[in-house]
Amino acid sequence: MKPARFDYAAPGSLAEAVTLLAQSGEDEAKILAGGQSLMPLLNMRLARPQLLVDVSGLAELDYIREQGAGLAIGAMTTKRALEQSELVKRRQPLLHAATVLIGHPQIRNRGTIGGSMAQADPAAEYPAVALAMDAELVVQGPDGERCIKAEDFFVTYLTTALEPAEILSEVRVPELPAGTGWSFREVARRHGDFAVAGAAVTLRLEAGRCADTRIVVFGVGDRALRVDEAEQLVDGEAPTSGLFERAGTKLSEVIEEPLSDLHASADYRRDLARVLTQRGLAEAASRAS
Amino acid sequence: MTMARQVRMTVNGAACEGLAEPRTTLADFLRGELELTGTHVGCEHGVCGVCTVLLDGRAIRSCLMLAVQADGADVTTVEGLAEPDGKLHPIQEAFVEEHGLQCGYCTPGFLMAICELLESNPSPSDEEIKDVLGGQICRCTGYQSILRSVHSAAAKLGGGRSATGA
Ligand SMILES: Cc1cc2nc3c(=O)[nH]c(=O)nc-3n(C[C@H](O)[C@H](O)[C@H](O)COP(=O)(O)OP(=O)(O)OC[C@H]3O[C@@H](n4cnc5c(N)ncnc54)[C@H](O)[C@@H]3O)c2cc1C
Ligand code: FES
Ligand code: FES
Repeated sequence: MKPARFDYAAPGSLAEAVTLLAQSGEDEAKILAGGQSLMPLLNMRLARPQLLVDVSGLAELDYIREQGAGLAIGAMTTKRALEQSELVKRRQPLLHAATVLIGHPQIRNRGTIGGSMAQADPAAEYPAVALAMDAELVVQGPDGERCIKAEDFFVTYLTTALEPAEILSEVRVPELPAGTGWSFREVARRHGDFAVAGAAVTLRLEAGRCADTRIVVFGVGDRALRVDEAEQLVDGEAPTSGLFERAGTKLSEVIEEPLSDLHASADYRRDLARVLTQRGLAEAASRAS
Repeated sequence: MTMARQVRMTVNGAACEGLAEPRTTLADFLRGELELTGTHVGCEHGVCGVCTVLLDGRAIRSCLMLAVQADGADVTTVEGLAEPDGKLHPIQEAFVEEHGLQCGYCTPGFLMAICELLESNPSPSDEEIKDVLGGQICRCTGYQSILRSVHSAAAKLGGGRSATGA
């Protein structure tokens, strides 16, 4: 199908883009980034905005910078740039591992990190990375800038804390503390497809015991979920396969009924979450010191 | 304004211009306005890959980009691969020799995706090739002959030749 008519503006600066959005009525205007999620919706007429505000060309939002020990990433940075960045490979291995699981090079060439965060697909990799890494999302709006923690940013299925006239400008990813092991795993029907389910795990070892464990699963709920109950079971314990098995089982018991669709039943997703958590914990522990 | 506006871009090395409404995709602009119908359209939501073209050297879905967004860009389509005298590009030759196509509907997209791959990675591994081929759908070949075509094209292009012929 072809999109319904809309107007198009490509503002020359972030400030101009915010002003344009603020002047438009609610639901009238839509931000266009890489278009890899929005264009399909327009083509199928599932989205019918009156105005597209194209921010994909804003060079001021396209950067990967060291910020303290972490990275500050402009919202219009493409996944391809993140995939090919030595800085990301070296400093953010979990983010890098997640990036190459997103679609295909042909999609990563245009899709942006900001677009994925704003889209908030429950099966998408980046929101899970943001939660696991305790990232902050920097947002610019008519009233200036605000900084939102990942746990407050993703609200539910395709919904974030962004207000209509706000633009996500930067994603701040803190450094993984020294010695932290990590894992990022997913199961997809075909390489490059959205995950049926996935898990991101980080943990440290302190005197031979697990510490600061973070477990995030995605594809199983209305958004990526951090599961405290499973984390608490692991912290303070010696890293054994029995412990990781119990943590996976605990997680699968406490998450709400997962989505059931043509790709997988709720039961299958629940079981994937269990197995991926168990394997993710083991992998993270093997990388921890 | 939702009305058509003038869009200029370089396509296969030549300066081109035409009219595009904001909602016109790059794929439809190339096919309808510039009459370059080698770029095919299938799913129109990014999945099948037949509409893949090079934008400033990068393989992208032309169904997921607006023509107005490509104003000023450098676009390469399948028509830009062969020499003006009709001599096929080495990637095309490899497809012919290795039976990389049957009906051919998917082929323009595969060729352009492979162009970018071989340009950035002249001797890719099976895994690296599959990462790219995974983003293109073919209903006929079963992909193995396409995989062979890519290896064969890489060998033909060996010695530092540019995959896009540029
Ligand atoms: C074939 C295919 C396979 C894919 N596979 C995967 C996959 O495996 N995993 C995955 O996670 N994704 C996948 N995607 C989606 C892809 O990653 C998209 O790029 C991403 O979801 C959206 O990013 P974008 O830059 O393209 O944003 P757009 O499509 O331009 O925008 C998406 C939404 O976010 C809003 N938005 C964008 N940028 C901002 C901003 N800075 N501030 C506020 N709002 C903003 C837009 O208004 C829109 O509502 C796939 C897409 C395709 C076509
Ligand atoms: S038509 Fe563009 S990907 Fe299918
Ligand atoms: S050759 Fe027929 S779809 Fe690929």
